[in-house]
Amino acid sequence: MTAEQNVLSLTNIHKAFGGVVAIQDFSLDLKAGEVVALVGDNGAGKSTLIKIVSGVYTPTSGSIELDGEEASFSDASSARSNGIEVVYQDLALADQQPVFMNMFLGRELTKPPFGLLDKDRMRRESQELVDELDVRIPSASSTISQLSGGQRQGIAIARATHWASKLILLDEPTAALGVAETARVEDLIENLKKKNLAILIISHSLDQVFRLSDRICVLRRGQQIGIRETAKTDKNKIVSMITGVA
Amino acid sequence: MTRVTSRLNGLDFQQAVVYFGFLAIFLFFAVTLYDDGFLTQRNLTNIVLQTAPATIMAVGLVFALSAGEIDLSFGSIVAVSALSCAVILQDYPLPLGVAVGLGVGMGIGAFNGVLIAYLKLPSFLVTLATMGLFAGIARSMTDLRSIPVMNDTFTGIFGSGKLFSVPSLVIWTVIGVAVGHLIYRHTRFGAHVLATGDNPRAAQVSGIKVPRVRLYVMMICGGCAGLAGLLYAGRLQAAKYTLGESDLMTVIAAVIVGGTALNGGKGSVIGALLGSLLMGMLNNGLILMNLKVSDQMIVRGLIILVAVALSLRDSNR
Ligand SMILES: Nc1ncnc2c1ncn2[C@@H]1O[C@H](COP(=O)(O)OP(=O)(O)O)[C@@H](O)[C@H]1O
Ligand SMILES: [Mg+2]
Repeated sequence: MTAEQNVLSLTNIHKAFGGVVAIQDFSLDLKAGEVVALVGDNGAGKSTLIKIVSGVYTPTSGSIELDGEEASFSDASSARSNGIEVVYQDLALADQQPVFMNMFLGRELTKPPFGLLDKDRMRRESQELVDELDVRIPSASSTISQLSGGQRQGIAIARATHWASKLILLDEPTAALGVAETARVEDLIENLKKKNLAILIISHSLDQVFRLSDRICVLRRGQQIGIRETAKTDKNKIVSMITGVA
Repeated sequence: MTRVTSRLNGLDFQQAVVYFGFLAIFLFFAVTLYDDGFLTQRNLTNIVLQTAPATIMAVGLVFALSAGEIDLSFGSIVAVSALSCAVILQDYPLPLGVAVGLGVGMGIGAFNGVLIAYLKLPSFLVTLATMGLFAGIARSMTDLRSIPVMNDTFTGIFGSGKLFSVPSLVIWTVIGVAVGHLIYRHTRFGAHVLATGDNPRAAQVSGIKVPRVRLYVMMICGGCAGLAGLLYAGRLQAAKYTLGESDLMTVIAAVIVGGTALNGGKGSVIGALLGSLLMGMLNNGLILMNLKVSDQMIVRGLIILVAVALSLRDSNR
């Protein structure tokens, strides 16, 4: 794979829900080790775009290429098996299950000879992972409903980083977090970048966007307003692109 | 932190209800009904034998409830399965009768399951309808007649027989609960059932085939009801449309008291066993007390109400 090859290539993506056009003619290339921030007001279509890439929605038209090959994900699990992980805005955690079962949801580890669940190993690996990422929870056996919003988000991100091999999509990962927790998540995202993963992040915090991203892509009411290199733009310009007020 | 510990206490409390309830009722009857022979080995064994079919139904229901579904039709499935099996056994050998009995149960479960999982109809309404539908079919199958079961091997295996002096109904109870518990707690399928009932969206985006899980839990529920039907037919040496008719409330209560959540994501097969034994003890004790049938129903209803209220105390916060 050449350094120049795109991990993800979206071309002329269009998505309508019945009569409502949620995404109009969207194109974006994403390289390994690159962080692109997706910004825009509520209802701009950011979450919809993420769900298109992760296979939850099928675009009405347009093409999605992964590593230069046409990809059409029929559902979320085929995107996952291609190394794409998502941290959803509305956390996709099962609240009454323990942390370690959530970490391995849908990909539970089993042990021979009967193929029964290997709970010890899942517990241990989950614990190692949350320790490594410094997500502070009582234990990997804690039930999700016993955790705070920040801890839950930590679990969701830890799960995505554990399984992603190409691309991580983050939908407002720090919206529910306090200052210290946000800083930790940002460190985490920096680390992912060093691991050469491609990252698409939605955030309402422009400070955060400018700290983390290489490029910024602006959406307004489903329309792609433009893509800017973070180093060559400033907040005022991005704000006027988001709002449409010069 | 105090919030966390109080939550943990709440959980413990919920799980403990069935153990305490079990002990409390056992002790109460042991003292008050000592002279009536409640504590005799014969009577205690009888309780286990009589609850065997309900326990098997309860195991199936744990799966349906944990996946966020409900089955109200299992009582009717019991009757249809038992009757089908009995009719077959009149002319054909045992394996065919057993296969038909279990197959009918799973088949009806699959019918429920397809409507729920793929046509996305609510399980409450689907199984409310099939409960009536199959109760009617059970009545019309044999014109309300009872069908005797003469096959001694069958009545031995599914009824009065013993293996190493352990009654076969006890063995079925142990097998049913052990296998159910193993699948529920220690397989990927069990984990998927819990995830589906807990948060179907999370399950789905995690690659779990949610509709298939829903179909399978309804089939398990139907299959367990089918087995319960065979156990009734074996013990009573006959099948009748009334079999399973009165089990709906008892089995649901047993499962809820045993710590299974009505709205999915949480449950216990062992708890369901204890819940079922608790209900059996209650029946037995109230009969030994010489209460009129009407009074038995009233007392049982009230006790179930209290038990269910206690075991749901924490979850309706
Ligand atoms: N499943 C859906 N069905 C119909 N309309 C939807 C659906 N999901 C999103 N939309 C619409 O698409 C638009 C974009 O929504 P969304 O992607 O959630 O915005 P954002 O994440 O940028 O706030 C909104 O107008 C929303 O109402
Ligand atoms: Mg959104």
